[in-house]
Amino acid sequence: MNTVIKVENLGKKYFLRHQKEERYSALRDVITNKLKSLGKRVFNHESHEPTIGNASVEEFWALKDVSFEIKQGDRVGIIGRNGAGKSTLLKILSRITEPTTGRVAIKGRVASLLEVGTGFHPELTGRENIFLNGAILGMRRAEIIRKFDEMVAFAEVEKFLDTPVKRYSSGMYVRLAFAVAAHLEPEILIIDEVLAVGDAQFQKKCLGKMEDVARGGRTVLFVSHNMNAIEQLCTSALLLERGVVKKYDADVCSVIKEYLFGSDGETKNEWVNPGKILENPWFKPLKLYLTNEHGGKHDGVFKNDTEIWLQVEGEIKQTEPSLQIGYAIYSEEGNLLYWSCHTDVIEEEWPKLNNGYYVFRSQIPKRWLNEGMYRIELIVALYFKQWLSEPGKNAPSVYLTIQGGLSDSSYWMIRRPGLLAPVLRWDTKNKTT
Amino acid sequence: MDEQEHTLLIEAGRTELHYWKDLWRFRELFYFLSWRDILVRYKQTVIGIAWSVIRPLMTMVVFTVVFGKLAKLPSEGAPYPMLVYVAMLPWQFFANSLTESSNSLITNANMLSKVYFPRIIMPASAVIVSLVDFLISFFILVVLMIWYQFIPDWRIVTLPFFLFLALIASLGFGFWLAALNVKYRDFRYIVPFIVQFGLYISPVGFSTNVVPEKWRLLYSLNPMVGVIDGFRWAILGGDVKIYWQGFFLSTGLVFILFIAGVSYFRKTERYFADII
Repeated sequence: MNTVIKVENLGKKYFLRHQKEERYSALRDVITNKLKSLGKRVFNHESHEPTIGNASVEEFWALKDVSFEIKQGDRVGIIGRNGAGKSTLLKILSRITEPTTGRVAIKGRVASLLEVGTGFHPELTGRENIFLNGAILGMRRAEIIRKFDEMVAFAEVEKFLDTPVKRYSSGMYVRLAFAVAAHLEPEILIIDEVLAVGDAQFQKKCLGKMEDVARGGRTVLFVSHNMNAIEQLCTSALLLERGVVKKYDADVCSVIKEYLFGSDGETKNEWVNPGKILENPWFKPLKLYLTNEHGGKHDGVFKNDTEIWLQVEGEIKQTEPSLQIGYAIYSEEGNLLYWSCHTDVIEEEWPKLNNGYYVFRSQIPKRWLNEGMYRIELIVALYFKQWLSEPGKNAPSVYLTIQGGLSDSSYWMIRRPGLLAPVLRWDTKNKTT
Repeated sequence: MDEQEHTLLIEAGRTELHYWKDLWRFRELFYFLSWRDILVRYKQTVIGIAWSVIRPLMTMVVFTVVFGKLAKLPSEGAPYPMLVYVAMLPWQFFANSLTESSNSLITNANMLSKVYFPRIIMPASAVIVSLVDFLISFFILVVLMIWYQFIPDWRIVTLPFFLFLALIASLGFGFWLAALNVKYRDFRYIVPFIVQFGLYISPVGFSTNVVPEKWRLLYSLNPMVGVIDGFRWAILGGDVKIYWQGFFLSTGLVFILFIAGVSYFRKTERYFADII
């Protein structure tokens, strides 16, 4: 097996402007800034401030010293939190943007799919958009003609081929867009989280198509937050953290575990707000931790047959009836088990909240979680309006380990099969007459 | 694919190497983008085609009345409306190209940040769309010729060369403005100004011969002077004389602007995706 992608010391630097919201500059501003600094130099000799243009600019390395190799036929899942540099890496590999340092050597024809339906024009018909989008993705005209029927069948839009896509339902639109992309046949395919489109049934179809592509022996680079998909599709995984490769291994599960739980030192059972995190006008979370039933602090390792309490402490700064505090719990493999919120009861029973320091407690029942490690992420939201702390995005998390105490029966001493390990009630009755 | 064993190197400041090869590889995208813009243009507006007819015709009428009838400027032997219209053709082409190509990158910002292709395709395909408008307007010229029973002489065969010159001028300016527009977003206010101002400082409503002899060479610094003079010389024939010194100066400038435009575009396009 030969190396098809070789990345050496790759780095990408961005300049963050704090003053302006726009990334582009206006000639007007450039001129006025120049004049202002000129004016300062002429009229005010004492102040030696840096020029206005630079004062607000800060360097930021989206990627730094990234090196890795990908062999032909590898299917590499790229994972990491938001802002870890995944998209920047894909953009460099697909030549959309240039690296600041380092080099990449790619052998073979690359197609990248950072978005479905790029270049779709609402005024054009489905047929016309297939050709246009195909060309944008790098297909030849002959290739598009050859696969045309297949694409149409995949998207299930036969009847609407000559209707402008602006009249399509959003589902049809997405299906058509994905159908074109799914029929790309490059040697190296780069994909950014595009499976998160359409309804569940269509997603399944897409995942199936992806598996076909992967089985075809092609090299695939795949960014996703869906750990199940990564585990199913990929032969190795690469974990990025703050622009640096944290782990790159053929053992996909171990990389996912590292991503979700961090290395040993980071699996904390308590989170304390270091200061300015999650600042908002309504509710500022200050602490998230686990206790036993008596409220005492705990090291985070529980037996299956003990009660576990999750406590959230924070300050309500402005009362908002839709404020919702909760948590999301994930298994070791990254599967979301469930969400729970303090507003899960009828509205009349919601606690009355005023400004002040609050503690929210929630019980994770005993005889409920299986042996293993779990991650709990804080949910704070204004119901249906705004996320303040969103799981998978910016939510702080704590870790919880369940060990032992799985059942009173002496036969179940080890981890039980399945996600959960509840001990439920069984009634037995002898009905022989 | 022909370049299966081709190894792609991505390195800071090194993209030039495959650029021209890529441009060839992406020729179909170029074709499809032009096709899309033409299709959309004539689908969206009910008066799509009519628009590219009405605009030059109305301008022709106004200029004929103002410069020909009121100011009584000479018409070099041809009917005044034709003198104006023949200049109107390359001017409209140039002005449309400028407007379209300077906006092309901004309106397709999404494509720029999601797919790779040689960026120069974008403003170039915008110019091609204007070329289609030009061909439609050209058809009106044929109608005008029949109306005035005007038969062009042999010089008409040189017209493609002057059209090529107009194309080079449009592309050159288009590349400059498109690149500048990404970097300095307020350039979109400057472009309409250039277009409006240019209409009056270019010899559209009048013949270049109206310009006093001693200012002729200076006047030829406007690259469109050479193009418009060339069009009149080729189509109107007969008495029309061309001021060759000025023409070569103008032509030279067009090519210099084109080459500088391409190289400026090449230099800036690498960070388009980061700032757009």
